[in-house]
Amino acid sequence: MSTQELRKERIDRGIKVRSDGLYALMSWREMAYLTLPRFILIAGMLSLPVFMPGVYWQRVISIVCIYAILALSFDFLAHFVGLVSLGGAFFIGTGGYIAGILNSYFGVPPILTVPLAAIIGGVVCTILLFPCLPLKGVYFAIVTLMYPLFMARIIEAFDIFGGTDGITGIDSFSSAFVEQYLIVAMLLIFVFGIRRMVNTDMGLIFTAVMDNDQAVKASGISITKYKSLAVFIASAMGCMAGACLTHIYMWTGISQFALDFSILPIAATVIGGSGTLVGPLLGCLILVPVSELLRDFGTLRIVFYASLLVGFILFKSEGLMVFGQRKYEQFERWKGI
Amino acid sequence: MTQPILRMQNVSKVFGGVKALNDVTVDVFPGDVLGVIGPNGSGKTTIVNNITGFIKPTSGKIFFKDKDITGMAPHKIADMGVTRTFQVMRPYYSLPAYKNLVIPLFSPRAKRTGGWRGGGRHGDRATVAVDILEEIGFERDSNIPFKPTSSLPTGYLKRLELARCLSLKPEVIICDEVFSGLSMSEIASMVPLIERLHAEGITIVMIEHRLRELFQVANRVMVMNFGQKLIEGTSDEVMADAKVKEAYFGSEKIEEVMTYA
Repeated sequence: MSTQELRKERIDRGIKVRSDGLYALMSWREMAYLTLPRFILIAGMLSLPVFMPGVYWQRVISIVCIYAILALSFDFLAHFVGLVSLGGAFFIGTGGYIAGILNSYFGVPPILTVPLAAIIGGVVCTILLFPCLPLKGVYFAIVTLMYPLFMARIIEAFDIFGGTDGITGIDSFSSAFVEQYLIVAMLLIFVFGIRRMVNTDMGLIFTAVMDNDQAVKASGISITKYKSLAVFIASAMGCMAGACLTHIYMWTGISQFALDFSILPIAATVIGGSGTLVGPLLGCLILVPVSELLRDFGTLRIVFYASLLVGFILFKSEGLMVFGQRKYEQFERWKGI
Repeated sequence: MTQPILRMQNVSKVFGGVKALNDVTVDVFPGDVLGVIGPNGSGKTTIVNNITGFIKPTSGKIFFKDKDITGMAPHKIADMGVTRTFQVMRPYYSLPAYKNLVIPLFSPRAKRTGGWRGGGRHGDRATVAVDILEEIGFERDSNIPFKPTSSLPTGYLKRLELARCLSLKPEVIICDEVFSGLSMSEIASMVPLIERLHAEGITIVMIEHRLRELFQVANRVMVMNFGQKLIEGTSDEVMADAKVKEAYFGSEKIEEVMTYA
C-alpha cells in the first residue's frame, strides 16, 4: 500500500472526531452520520403505535414506554450518580396512588394529575429516601427494595386508599390518541433531556459523586444536595410513569408496588447497554413484547424468558447499544476524501 | 501580633481505644508555611481530617479566623477557603484531567471568587480549568490536560490535587504528603510551586516526610509523636531538640542519618 493510501486510512478512522462540533456541518453525510440515529429513534417511537395491529398491542407499546422510563431512571441513577436503586416499584406505586387520589377524591383531570403526580411524588420519594442517601452500592439497593414492600403493607394494614381493592373508577385519558402519544412523547423528552443534562457541568458533578465523593466534598460541594437532586429527577420520572399507568388501567392498587417494576427495568438496562440511556429503551422494546408473545407457551413462558435473558448476558454482556455504538463509530470508509 | 488564621485548641481524637490525637494545640498565622512532621501513625493525617471536617474531634475546638468550625461539614469548610489535598490521590479517574477541575469550579465558592486568578466569570469552566492546569505544570502543548486521568503518572496526580485546591481560590491549603511517591526531579519541580503559592499569600500547612524539601519552604515546623505535639519551632530548633531525635532515631547520630533522608 502506498503512503498516500495509508494516510487515507488514518484520516478515515477519525470519522467520529470529524463529526464532532463544527466539523459536523461540513457535509450532508457528516450531518446524517450524527442525526440519523436520533431521527430513527424519534420517528420509530412516534410511528410505532400506528403500525401496531389492534388495541391490545397498542396497549403493549404504552407499557413498554412505562417500563422504559423506569429503566431510564435506573440507568441514570446507577451509572451517572452511582446509586443502584431497586425502587422502580416504589416510584410507580407512589405516582400511581397520588394520581389516583387526586383524580378520584379531588376530581383533578388526568392532564393535571400526571405532572402533579410527578412533582409531588418526586418530593415524597426524595424525602423518604433522604435518610438512605449516605448509603452506597448494595446497601442503597436493599433499602430501596424495601420501600415498595413497606408501602404496600402499610396500605394493606391500615386499609387506607381502598386497601387491598385499590382505588377504582379513575378517569382514563380523554382519547386513545392522547394515551398513546403522551407517554411516547414523555419518554423521548426524558431520554434526550437526561442525555443533555449529564453532559452539562452539573451532570459532571453527578459523575464526580459516583467516582469519588470525598473529593467532591473537598471541592466545597455538598454531595447530599446533588444526590437528592438526582433522586428527585429519577423518582419524578418514575412517578410520572406510574400516574400514566393508573390512568391507562383506570385503577390503582397495591400491585403497583409489585417488584416487576423494580426488576424488569434492570434486566432491560443490562440487555440494552448500561450507561447509554438509550439502551434501556431498546431493552424494554425487546423484553416487554417478548414477554407478551411468550404467553402462548403457558407455564413454559418463564423458561423461555429466562433463557433469552441468560443468552443476552452470556453472548452480549456489554449490551446491544454499547455494541451497536461501537460498530457505528468504526465505520471507517464511510466517506471518501 | 496578628491573630491566627487557623487555630487548634486542645484537640483530641479517640478511635476506640486508640488516642490518635491527644490535646494538640497549634496556631497557624496568615502567610505561614507550617510543616508537620512525625513518625508514621503519629496523627498527622488525623490533624488534616479534623481541620477539614472529614472527622469530628472527640474534644477541643478548631477555629478559622475566630469562627468555630469544629464538626462542620467538609464542603462548608472548603467553602470558607480551607482546602486540602489527599495523601492517596483522589482524582475522578473516569474523566479527562481538565474536567477534574470543572467540578471545584462549579462550587459556590468558585462562583463567588471567580476561580483562581480571575477570568472565571468570562471564560467557561473548561477554559479556566485548562488555564489553571497549565499554570501548575500540565503542558498544554503535549495535550496533557486533555488526557484521561487514569493514564497520568503520580507526579501529575499530585499536582491535580493541588490544582483542585487552587481552583477554589483558597486561603489555606493543607497538603497531605504532596512529595511522597514522587521522583527526585518531580519533587524538585514541586518545591518552586509551593514557594510560588506562598508568595501569593496563601497560608500552607504541609504534612511531610521529605525533611530537606520541607525545611526549604517551611518557616515553622511542628513535630508529632503518638498523637502528641512534641515541639514547635524553626527547623533548626526542631532538629536540635533531643525529644525529636529520640522520636525518630531512638538515640543520637542524627547528622549521619540525615544525609540519607
